[in-house]
Amino acid sequence: MPVKVEVKNLTKIFGRNPKAILEKVKQGMSKEKILEDTGHTVGIRNASFQVEEGEVFVIMGLSGSGKSTLIRCLNLLNKPTAGEIYVDGDNILEYDKKQLKKFRQEKVAMVFQHFGLLSHRTVIGNVEYGLEVKKIPKNERCEIAKKAIANAGLAGWENKMPNELSGGMQQRVGLARALANDPDILLMDEPFSALDPLIRRDMQYELMELQSRLKKTIIFITHDINEAFKIGDRVAVMKDGVIEQIGTPEELLASPESEYIENFVKDIDRSKVLQAKHVMFKPTVLVSIKEGLKAAMMEMKSNGISSVFVVDSEKRLQGIVTIDDTIKAIKENKTLREILKHDYYTTDCEAFLQDLIPKATDTKYPLAVIDEDGKLLGLISRVSVLSALV
Amino acid sequence: MAAGQLSLQLPYMNNFPEFLTFNLGVYVEKFVKWLDINFGDFFEAVSNAILWLMIHIEDLLLWLPWWLVVIVVLIMGWRFSSVIAGIVFSLMLVLVGTFGYWDYMMYTLAIVLASVIISLIFGIPIGILMAYSSYVQALMRPVLDFMQTMPSFVYLIPAMLLFGLGKVPAVFATTVYAIPPVIRLTDLGIRQVSKEMVEAAISFGSGSWDVLTKVQLPQALPAIMAGINQTTMMALSMVVIASMIGAKGLGMEVLIAINRIEIGRGFEAGLGIVIIAIIMDRISQGIANRFKIPG
Repeated sequence: MPVKVEVKNLTKIFGRNPKAILEKVKQGMSKEKILEDTGHTVGIRNASFQVEEGEVFVIMGLSGSGKSTLIRCLNLLNKPTAGEIYVDGDNILEYDKKQLKKFRQEKVAMVFQHFGLLSHRTVIGNVEYGLEVKKIPKNERCEIAKKAIANAGLAGWENKMPNELSGGMQQRVGLARALANDPDILLMDEPFSALDPLIRRDMQYELMELQSRLKKTIIFITHDINEAFKIGDRVAVMKDGVIEQIGTPEELLASPESEYIENFVKDIDRSKVLQAKHVMFKPTVLVSIKEGLKAAMMEMKSNGISSVFVVDSEKRLQGIVTIDDTIKAIKENKTLREILKHDYYTTDCEAFLQDLIPKATDTKYPLAVIDEDGKLLGLISRVSVLSALV
Repeated sequence: MAAGQLSLQLPYMNNFPEFLTFNLGVYVEKFVKWLDINFGDFFEAVSNAILWLMIHIEDLLLWLPWWLVVIVVLIMGWRFSSVIAGIVFSLMLVLVGTFGYWDYMMYTLAIVLASVIISLIFGIPIGILMAYSSYVQALMRPVLDFMQTMPSFVYLIPAMLLFGLGKVPAVFATTVYAIPPVIRLTDLGIRQVSKEMVEAAISFGSGSWDVLTKVQLPQALPAIMAGINQTTMMALSMVVIASMIGAKGLGMEVLIAINRIEIGRGFEAGLGIVIIAIIMDRISQGIANRFKIPG
């Protein structure tokens, strides 16, 4: 995937004369000391990262960590003090007023924590806003806005005022407004933090569903690690204006680089992050269907096990046989195919551990991980499902 | 005893020392005269513009048949307040007419309307500038405080010096007195617009004109309307005072009544002013409420 957004050594300092403080920041003087000595606040310190096209990149941190400042630099609501921001290879800091306007109108759209809706306009008036600024004719923008509103599940609410809507619905308007502009990049500044937990879960789910269709590049801010791990392809953890670590949820979980991240990760419900592919093992013992009963028996005997999975020549899973059935079948002259059993569970490698727990407790065989062609990718022992949670 | 002795020895302690004098008034007088001499043409142009506006408003108001005015007030009172309010307002207007003050009422109204229009033309842009620049705000604040606390009579003197006697200085003095609320509330209204709303507008690529006209002014409108209401009320309270420099109207009737100690005449004219004030206040408040943003 090509790189969509690249941020290099971005620094943002708030105060009367930020450029003058830059040297001190570079020397590594602490945030508190700079505030005390000069009255300047360091918002972001030397942040660098890349976001790929179609990726959901989550920036996570507690309040005051600089995450909102950072996302506001990406559409220049905040002017960075130093550093470079490339979008599709263009350094947006070099844009003049006109280019910047065009960039904001066409490439990025933002969704706000408290929705940022214009309370004097109706729902459709809000969704139309971006198109209106772009000078799209009235009829056309009305049509686009109506579609965007319907996509957000708000059909029939077009002429209501924002205050007549619940929080969740207001944020849908915010999302519809952003998507009506058809931007490449969606900046989401804690969009679900102001919603109550049940609505939040629905909205997260809907966003993921939306993203699977639209494939936008999304930069998402949150302070909730569960949210970050749920929707993020990659997560950057920020503290005191510094990006501490960037990685996939599994990487952060497996090897947190600092105590701060470790503490964060402690709170996470692992079963919601770990997937089948993280806990499965390569099957060491397998029987091909062509090998027959004798071979199956030998395999089980030499490995000291009482059942074995059977695959065909292309490693597609055919079934499972037990030692009892095998011995009986040899006596009765049956073939291996005749005694195959199918009372095991299969799963795909993306399944979350959370969803495997009931299966693991219900079966006496390991869980088989297969791909869409039915090929056996690995096995998950019942023990490993339950032990990975600890 | 001790205090008495002290004051005998040190007379400065009781009386302000005579050698500390500063005749600020002299300089103010000189300045106004200087203005008049050097910017005479400018003031004449301003004077002509105000006069033009005044005459047209006055002509229009006097041309309107009395019953039409009563009906319009009835309908507006009904629409913006209640049916009963509409009926009461129109009856009150008829009452002023029965005093024989219909024309005077229209003269007074013309001064108020002219002052309010001029106040809006200057006040709203100044308010916007104040909201945009803390510099301008810091500069304007004391000026506005000064304008509002200075006894309103004082404005009459420079107004008279610069514009002579009659309607024009009356409108000028009234405007100076009445403009601060609309400026202050425009400033306040724009500053109160939520930061996220403005950010949202900018993030979609709005230029500053878009942000001002599509977000900030509509959001500030309720505050601005409240400012217009206050400005109207202050303009009305100034008309009696403005009559001292020859502005015809109900105010002048009050003034004459005071001079001649005619209680009845004074009461009738005074009641007329009260009635205009009530009607204008209620109707402009009703309009302002219409602009309230839900939520």
